[in-house]
Amino acid sequence: MSFVFYLLAALTVAGGMAAVLLKNTVHCALALTVAFAGLAFLFLDLDAQFAGFAQILVYIGAVAILVVFAILLTKGSETPQDGVFSSTWLAGLAIAAAVFAVLGWAVLGSARVLPHESAVPTVTVKDIGVALMGRYVLPLEIVAILLTAATIGAVIVAMHEKEEPQ
Amino acid sequence: MTSLTGFLMVAALVFSIGLAGALTRRNAILVLIGIELMLNAANLNLIAFWRYGPHPEALTGMMFAIFSIAVAAAEAAVGLGLVIQIYRHAKTTDLDQMNRMKG
Repeated sequence: MSFVFYLLAALTVAGGMAAVLLKNTVHCALALTVAFAGLAFLFLDLDAQFAGFAQILVYIGAVAILVVFAILLTKGSETPQDGVFSSTWLAGLAIAAAVFAVLGWAVLGSARVLPHESAVPTVTVKDIGVALMGRYVLPLEIVAILLTAATIGAVIVAMHEKEEPQ
Repeated sequence: MTSLTGFLMVAALVFSIGLAGALTRRNAILVLIGIELMLNAANLNLIAFWRYGPHPEALTGMMFAIFSIAVAAAEAAVGLGLVIQIYRHAKTTDLDQMNRMKG
């Protein structure tokens, strides 16, 4: 466990906590960007360069901007008077804590049998491209259709409905 | 604690934070942010297992993570479109006030 890992883990977790806990919704979106960046750097730390840069492009470049647009379009930046947490927040917190307890128990319990240090995989972007065009070409095409459908669907859902003539 | 265990613990922590956010926030956009955090935690697990697994040259975990990123982007676009449309209709994104399916 290197110092870099602890630094990136602290950055990611702090960004995630801030995104969930802050009162102002715009601040939450900015903290979410920090969490996404921390995860991208963790991907780079795991020698997954392509996934790391895809994470930066897709999440920081697109999803975070989309979230900010949605916040601005819905007056979501106004802090409501009766608190930012729902009426059932205690139950939600208990469920999340229980899930973390189970996950942590499973991970720490299986630490002995998990694989240890292994050689750095020598995977280039060319290998990923060859795999995408070869073995994974069908999932790639399906994802292309999904993205097209999602784009059209999002536009249709968010489009202004025309006023019905009375 | 090995490196893989550390990455898995970070992923578990981020997943739980996202779940807590999705379950406790009132604003629908913040719930979507929580869901995005959960998806990202799953991606971190996939990449970590790819890196420390026996056959990283097979690229299975990496491909799964890349497709997961694409699907999450589609999910975010449709989800935020739905939130904007609900806001136009109900003039609020407060989930505690959205207690009926009839328009």
